[in-house]
Amino acid sequence: VSTETLRIVWIYPDLLSTYGDRGNLLILARRGTQRGIPVEFTEIRSDQPLPSSADIYLIGGGEDGPQALAAQRLIADGGLHRAAAQGSVVFAVCAGYQLLGGSFFAKGAQCAGLNLLDLHSDRGATRAVGELAGAIDPRLGLPPLSGFENHGGRTHLGPEVSPLARLTTGIGNDGTSEGAWRGKLLGTYSHGPALARNPALADLLLSWAIGVNELPELDDTWANRLRAERIAAVAGRA
Amino acid sequence: MPLRAKVASSVSRTAAALSRAAGRGDGSVIGGWIGLKIDPDLLAHLAAGRAIALVSGTNGKTTTTRLTAAALGVLGPVATNSFGANMPSGHTSALAKAGSTPYAVLEVDEHYLAQVLDATEPRVVALLNLSRDQLDRAKEVAMMAQMWRSMLVRHPSIHVVANADDPMVVWAATSPATKSEGQQPSPAVTWFSAGQRWQDDSWVCPECGAPIDRAADQWWCTGCPLLRPKPQWIVEEDGVLDPTGAWHKVVLQLPGQVNLGNAATALAVAAEFGVRPTDAVPRLAAVASIAGRYAQVSRNGRNIRLLLAKNPASWLEAFEMADAAPTLLSINARDPDGLDTSWLFDVDFAPLRGRQVLITGDRAYDLAVRLEVNEVPFQHVRTFADAVAAAPPGRLEVIANYTAFQDIRAELDRVN
Repeated sequence: VSTETLRIVWIYPDLLSTYGDRGNLLILARRGTQRGIPVEFTEIRSDQPLPSSADIYLIGGGEDGPQALAAQRLIADGGLHRAAAQGSVVFAVCAGYQLLGGSFFAKGAQCAGLNLLDLHSDRGATRAVGELAGAIDPRLGLPPLSGFENHGGRTHLGPEVSPLARLTTGIGNDGTSEGAWRGKLLGTYSHGPALARNPALADLLLSWAIGVNELPELDDTWANRLRAERIAAVAGRA
Repeated sequence: MPLRAKVASSVSRTAAALSRAAGRGDGSVIGGWIGLKIDPDLLAHLAAGRAIALVSGTNGKTTTTRLTAAALGVLGPVATNSFGANMPSGHTSALAKAGSTPYAVLEVDEHYLAQVLDATEPRVVALLNLSRDQLDRAKEVAMMAQMWRSMLVRHPSIHVVANADDPMVVWAATSPATKSEGQQPSPAVTWFSAGQRWQDDSWVCPECGAPIDRAADQWWCTGCPLLRPKPQWIVEEDGVLDPTGAWHKVVLQLPGQVNLGNAATALAVAAEFGVRPTDAVPRLAAVASIAGRYAQVSRNGRNIRLLLAKNPASWLEAFEMADAAPTLLSINARDPDGLDTSWLFDVDFAPLRGRQVLITGDRAYDLAVRLEVNEVPFQHVRTFADAVAAAPPGRLEVIANYTAFQDIRAELDRVN
């Protein structure tokens, strides 16, 4: 952590906050606070300069127009590039995940991305809507991913990134893999409040930001019941 | 009416009666569905000769439709789809069942508005609001607004009654031609203002992408001329100000500020048909509940009130109208609800702090995780009966999303 306080920035909620994206911010803040870590979170609107000194950056999902606009403004601003270069944690969801790559499609046109992750996205033949489930990259040491996806894109990973998960349910990047990560940058198609169903992933982001290997356990009774229910639901359907 | 339409209309009524008799539903969809199979133009045939108002938007359309039908009742018999069956099959059923009436008020699902507008050629269309709702299958808000806008360009003679407080609606209702003349409201639009609690779908201008700023009840785009038009019908205190400047006290049995707004919309629509607000207002007071919404039922000493909330904007309104009493929240995620529960994190449940909160429904665990993060203590119950038993005698507010609401309504003998 750069100071005593854990600083979380939610990037452009005015553009990229389509469906419950605020949840990731609230969950990270709460899980930090419950462990006695002072948390300060800021929402940066797209007409404000992005501070480059925060510990965790969150980018949410959005419609085509706002996604393209957000990419333009983030490229022009440069703050996220500086933050990533300094080792900040970036957690990006759906449209936010796509714009971390080299390029993506919005409103029928190819748009330049931020080039922070070695990947690019195009349009799939069908929209991917439904439950997501899969095994997360074992190097991250996390239990299975559970989520919900809703996107029209397909994402192709380059050699410099690793998929976040191998899917058993859902489309994710391409029907087999889901999300991508490199260093402390992590993106997923598990949209909206992805961390609600994946508290261990929230803790991974917190531990990256704080620079520790382990965090004190929390009571995750309800989150675990929710995970068990969703995982059973997709297993029952398969 | 052509013979084929007559046959279709008659079969449609019979099927609806059969559906009700079989206990399979209220017959508001199946009859129309069969009728449309026999005569695809049946809706247009049934609409012909009636003066029609269509009501659409993400929230409030069922209630506003009922209030508008009540207001138009001043003029004569009104056909309406009062069970919330708001797609063409429901419209067809409602018109066939009503027989020949001079007037009709139809609630229309926002996705079907263009199609129903083409078929029914209404005199007035009321556009209430647009916000995120069931995004796993519904159109995103900006796409919806664009669809409405294109539709109105094709029908320049239809009078529009629209919400001045919702930038997406204003943009949809303002034709591209009038926009260049310095944002004069199009002459065919009557604007109403009822306040807008939910603003998270309109921070960005649908016209140019610049941020939208707000101060008091005004809003304006910082990058182009789009701004809040001057409303002619305005909710003020516990009444409605009409375009002549006269204020009418509105007494409703329905709770909440949002229903005053719905009443203002109904008065504005009715005025386009020549109904004076003074004649319409007493009729609005007679509406007590709509297909179970706002219904109050006594059960084991509990006064249970049913509130339907389907998306973030309507949850905010439900919290505003609910009493500070024990509250049961029930959430499902079946097809009619949308399969995705992410929206729970767009709702701030903090207003429930300090109340006894009970949760149930297929997706109670999603709600549990949300409430925990929101620091709202809760108790999970398996069934509606358990919830009633867990609450003390007195008022129990029930807030549920669509199928959860229908489940509870079924437990209360399909209360209307």
